Amino acid sequence: MTATVASAPSVSPDVATLRVTAKEIQADGVLTLELASPSGGRLRDWTPGSHIDLVLPNGLTRQYSLCGDRWDPTTYRVGVLRELSGRGGSAFVHDDLLVGDLVGVGGPRNNFPLVPSEQYLFVAGGIGITPILPMVRQADLLGADWRLLYGGRRRSSMAFLGDLDQYGDRVLVRPEDEYGLLDLTGFLGEPRGGARVYSCGPAPLLAAMERACAGWPPYTLRTERFVADELGTPARSAAFEVELARTGATVTVTPELTVLEALRGIGVDVLSSCRRGVCGTCETDVLAGRPDHRDALLDDEEREANDCMYLCVSRSRDERLVLDL
Amino acid sequence: MTATAPTSTAAPTSDVDPFGHEVLEDPLPMHAELRDAGPVVYLSRYDVHAFARYDEVHAALVDWQGFQSAAGVGLSNFRTEKPWRPPSLLLEADPPRHDAPRRVLQKVLGPRALRRLREHWAADAEALVDEVLAAGTTFDAVPTLASAFPLRVFPDAVGLPKEGREHLLPYGDHAFNAFGPSNDLVAKGAHRVAELSGWVSEQCRREVLSTEGFGADIWTASDRGEITPDQAPLMVRSLLTAGVDTTVHALSAILYAFATSPDQWARLRQDPSLARVAFDEAVRWESPVQTFFRTATTDVRVGDVVIPEGHKILMFLAAANRDPRRWTNPDAFDLSRDPSGHVGFGMGIHQCIGQHVARLEAEALLTALARRVRSIELDGPTKRHHNNTLRAWASIPVRVTLD
Repeated sequence: MTATVASAPSVSPDVATLRVTAKEIQADGVLTLELASPSGGRLRDWTPGSHIDLVLPNGLTRQYSLCGDRWDPTTYRVGVLRELSGRGGSAFVHDDLLVGDLVGVGGPRNNFPLVPSEQYLFVAGGIGITPILPMVRQADLLGADWRLLYGGRRRSSMAFLGDLDQYGDRVLVRPEDEYGLLDLTGFLGEPRGGARVYSCGPAPLLAAMERACAGWPPYTLRTERFVADELGTPARSAAFEVELARTGATVTVTPELTVLEALRGIGVDVLSSCRRGVCGTCETDVLAGRPDHRDALLDDEEREANDCMYLCVSRSRDERLVLDL
Repeated sequence: MTATAPTSTAAPTSDVDPFGHEVLEDPLPMHAELRDAGPVVYLSRYDVHAFARYDEVHAALVDWQGFQSAAGVGLSNFRTEKPWRPPSLLLEADPPRHDAPRRVLQKVLGPRALRRLREHWAADAEALVDEVLAAGTTFDAVPTLASAFPLRVFPDAVGLPKEGREHLLPYGDHAFNAFGPSNDLVAKGAHRVAELSGWVSEQCRREVLSTEGFGADIWTASDRGEITPDQAPLMVRSLLTAGVDTTVHALSAILYAFATSPDQWARLRQDPSLARVAFDEAVRWESPVQTFFRTATTDVRVGDVVIPEGHKILMFLAAANRDPRRWTNPDAFDLSRDPSGHVGFGMGIHQCIGQHVARLEAEALLTALARRVRSIELDGPTKRHHNNTLRAWASIPVRVTLD
């Protein structure tokens, strides 16, 4: 294999708008999307457990866990379950989004990181397998002792069974119509130190996990609730105004410009470094308005505070943002 | 050292010694020569390939898949040679092992975590500047400001005890020499390695660190299981190794830059909000960390040249930061330039995790100086300090005038 050193772009790389490069059915009601930069360049690095925001062409924003291969720097893969009770995000992805379409992307961010351990016990329910998939690969690579209990309604609705075949009896596939409810305590065994338990799936599974792990040492159980379709503020695709509180200057940020570029256009230089929303150098306080966060730095709680943003990639959900500049 | 011929279309070859005293005194002519020789150059003296142009250095820095760090980021190849100390969990590690330590330190040293230090450090900088100026208007800027300020604020922020802090600079100096070949600079530090390493290891223990600070924050992360208790002391060690000398030399660089560019000092005085940009411009212009190595994880093609898997690659960060293919008028220290994208802090997953700390220190010191000092100029011959990795000053005598 030969790698080629690519020329580094000297301008902001396109990491916030990606192209759908593949769309494949994985199981009943589950498909995977592959996303790549229109320029074919490197995407922002990620770690197992990370999710991205997809800003869909219909204006809805949805979060999906990355389930691809981090050693491939140019492709993201996400798994999407069609949610029957949802409000149109997953239905749009299934029915309307086409290979070749452009989507906005925020993150990756990781609220569910794989911490170092000698032993991992993974429990996935349904589409909750998506963040777990890169975790088991990594645990295996590190030579850790690990096992996965994977439940779903029925075998045909469970995605990635083919990817999991290679791990043999480390993986227990337990569709409900064949085995009934997951035997969590049987799988976990006696409470003990030195193990980490990771679980992702529907709320009833996570509640059961919390009960099952109640007697385990603190910080043993780590969970991620996969968020069903919810009504978020649609991202703006139109221009917005940025006001600088200290000088009173105002600038219009049109869709093809970053805030950083728009500010530079009126002679205001804000120091930045990576220009990809990963290093944090251009962090700026937000005094009014809600940013459309596209960085890979803030966790969900910090994002909701709406008190700062990274000007190299993030934009605005409101018509007007006031920055402490 | 035996120089085996590169197994590909021959890269331009140079027998220059980037770690020799002549080059360390003034590396700029060598940087220009290597940049102009081609996108990749073979350095026969050390049997390594080298990148000196911005595009290739940047590409190698961000491509952790193709250019690994776990085989060491110095000349020594950890695949075949034993490291002089247990490898860093950050600098000398690759994903996935690199993930957890990086994640934890990124929070501990992130801009949001530093907000609580801003006012203290601004006050500390003003106090130091007042002390220095009270003693006179001619002084050596290296010990009185560039070393004194980081040593005044950083060890406290980590939570180190007061005793023994004089070990920090020699330890860092040796660690950065050790990335180069085992030349006289490494030999110079060798006799103190056991003593200095022992002291540093002792400071990384939880019981020795104060209950508040970066060190305590790292240990708290291990309580939450985000890293293991074995990893915590090595992560504190990273702060002590990489957090002092680098900042000292970056501050020396910016003080020298202003002492030799009075128009730029006037500009900063007029608009003190330029302090952060000024610091990054100085890091670009001087590149306190001049070089790091990577190791090819696969045969890497650069133009017609193939660098074989397992070979060391020397990245000249400093040469990239003055590459005229990337920068207009690169040799000028110019506050109107946008220095964003310089590789003085590296780039990608290993980008300097303490960069926000360094910027905050620089901003505090420059703001305090700009408030009182009308002009700053050299006042006698300057003297370089040679290090295999760092570009440093031993002495910068200056004369200042006050408002």
